[in-house]
Amino acid sequence: MGPGFRFGRPGRLAIGLAGLLSAHSATALESYTVVGDAIPAPLGGRIGDAARGRALVLDRTQGNCLICHHVPEPDEPFQGTIGPDLAGVGVRLDSGQLRLRLVDASLFNPRTVMPPYFRTEGLRDVAPQYRDRPALTAQEIEDVVAYLASLRPL
Amino acid sequence: MSAAGRAFAAALLALAGTAGAGEIKSGSAFLSPQMQRQQADQARNPGWLWVEQGEELFSRREGDAPGCISCHADPGRSLRGAAARYPQIDAASGKLINLEGRIEQCRAVRQKRPALGHESQELLGLAAYVASLSQGVPVSVSAEGAAKPYYEAGKAFYERRQGQLNLACTQCHDGLVGRKLRGDTISHGVGTGYPAYRLEWNGLGSLHRRLRACSLGVRATQFDYGSDDYLALELYLAVRARGLPVEAPGLRR
Ligand code: HEC
Ligand code: HEC
Repeated sequence: MGPGFRFGRPGRLAIGLAGLLSAHSATALESYTVVGDAIPAPLGGRIGDAARGRALVLDRTQGNCLICHHVPEPDEPFQGTIGPDLAGVGVRLDSGQLRLRLVDASLFNPRTVMPPYFRTEGLRDVAPQYRDRPALTAQEIEDVVAYLASLRPL
Repeated sequence: MSAAGRAFAAALLALAGTAGAGEIKSGSAFLSPQMQRQQADQARNPGWLWVEQGEELFSRREGDAPGCISCHADPGRSLRGAAARYPQIDAASGKLINLEGRIEQCRAVRQKRPALGHESQELLGLAAYVASLSQGVPVSVSAEGAAKPYYEAGKAFYERRQGQLNLACTQCHDGLVGRKLRGDTISHGVGTGYPAYRLEWNGLGSLHRRLRACSLGVRATQFDYGSDDYLALELYLAVRARGLPVEAPGLRR
């Protein structure tokens, strides 16, 4: 298992990452408006990049989505079966719906297992290296949304 | 018990077994058959190397301090089942201690030797040895009296969301049992195999080391080895595991 969902030794990378990201901690999170089960507008008006989003989803220290989900990437071994398979998710959900599920799925389902990737409030006992910053930045959320929206059957 | 009584009890047990949700299984039940066989085979389960070292330490004398064996003669009998009753309230201090804590206490008070230290090879060896003497004995901890507040605290810990990923132990170890988290199959999260040899660690580690890994997995604060937080959690896990046999030294991924 990789260092992302670190059930083992803390990786060296995580320390570097925490240092890097602590720069974000001073700035408040971009605000957003929920409409139904969606956040229709991109966070901070940013434009997502699907290729960067794909890298974030596969990366074991950042999104680390594959501990729980399957994506259509035959070269990725040991994908998780905790959440729904994300193949074709771009057809099932529009960008606004995808954004809300990434930002904070509990806005829509209080009992969700899906972690809140853009939230710092109301979390308990967060490890120091992850405190006061979201798991993904606004730009990173938009990148991942762009990638997920591109997951459509050929 | 009469033969009929036994048959009735067995039928009841079988019924309880099919109750599904309520049934807690050992972590090894979720391993591949190959790893299950390896755990059961003393020659191929590396945890037994620690057990052997622990057995050796148990009988050794340091200077004029009595060895463990001086107080616990015939440990295969006198200590059989001991590990199955930990964590428990220490009568002297009124506080909850686990098996490692009891071993350290014997060292400090009875042997007048310096502490071995959490995760030291010596303490892991002794704990693995003493736990191995209870292999097959059902876990039977008490959560009554002075242990009750610890039990309640452990239960609350187990049930509350925590960390940046905002997940509670129960969401994985009750709600998602059998699902795949990367290469691992999620079990009921009981500690009956610990101390266990983990391939990821390349060595033997305590239950608290495993708990620290789950805490970090959800990006939550890691509590100290031997902290009241993890001791309380350990007691709660042991109550969930009541009736399951002690399996240490376990073998895990
Ligand atoms: C700890 C497990 C876990 C992790 C990590 C995780 N998810 Fe999820 N995800 C779930 C679960 C479970 C659901 C199902 C809905 C629920 O529980 O609310 C879900 C739902 C979703 C959905 C909605 C899918 C649908 O068909 O409705 C999307 C999209 C999604 N996740 C994307 C991601 C992405 C992208 C990442 C990483 C940045 C990620 N998830 C990380 C567990 C997880
Ligand atoms: C996101 C999922 C997840 C969460 C949340 C989680 N764990 Fe785990 N846990 C795992 C996985 C995966 C393993 C390794 C496979 C297994 O044995 O279950 C594991 C292993 C364990 C084990 C070792 C079981 C064995 O037999 O080797 C224990 C004990 C445990 N967890 C307890 C906890 C406790 C207590 C908490 C909360 C503080 C917790 N876990 C939170 C996923 C999780």
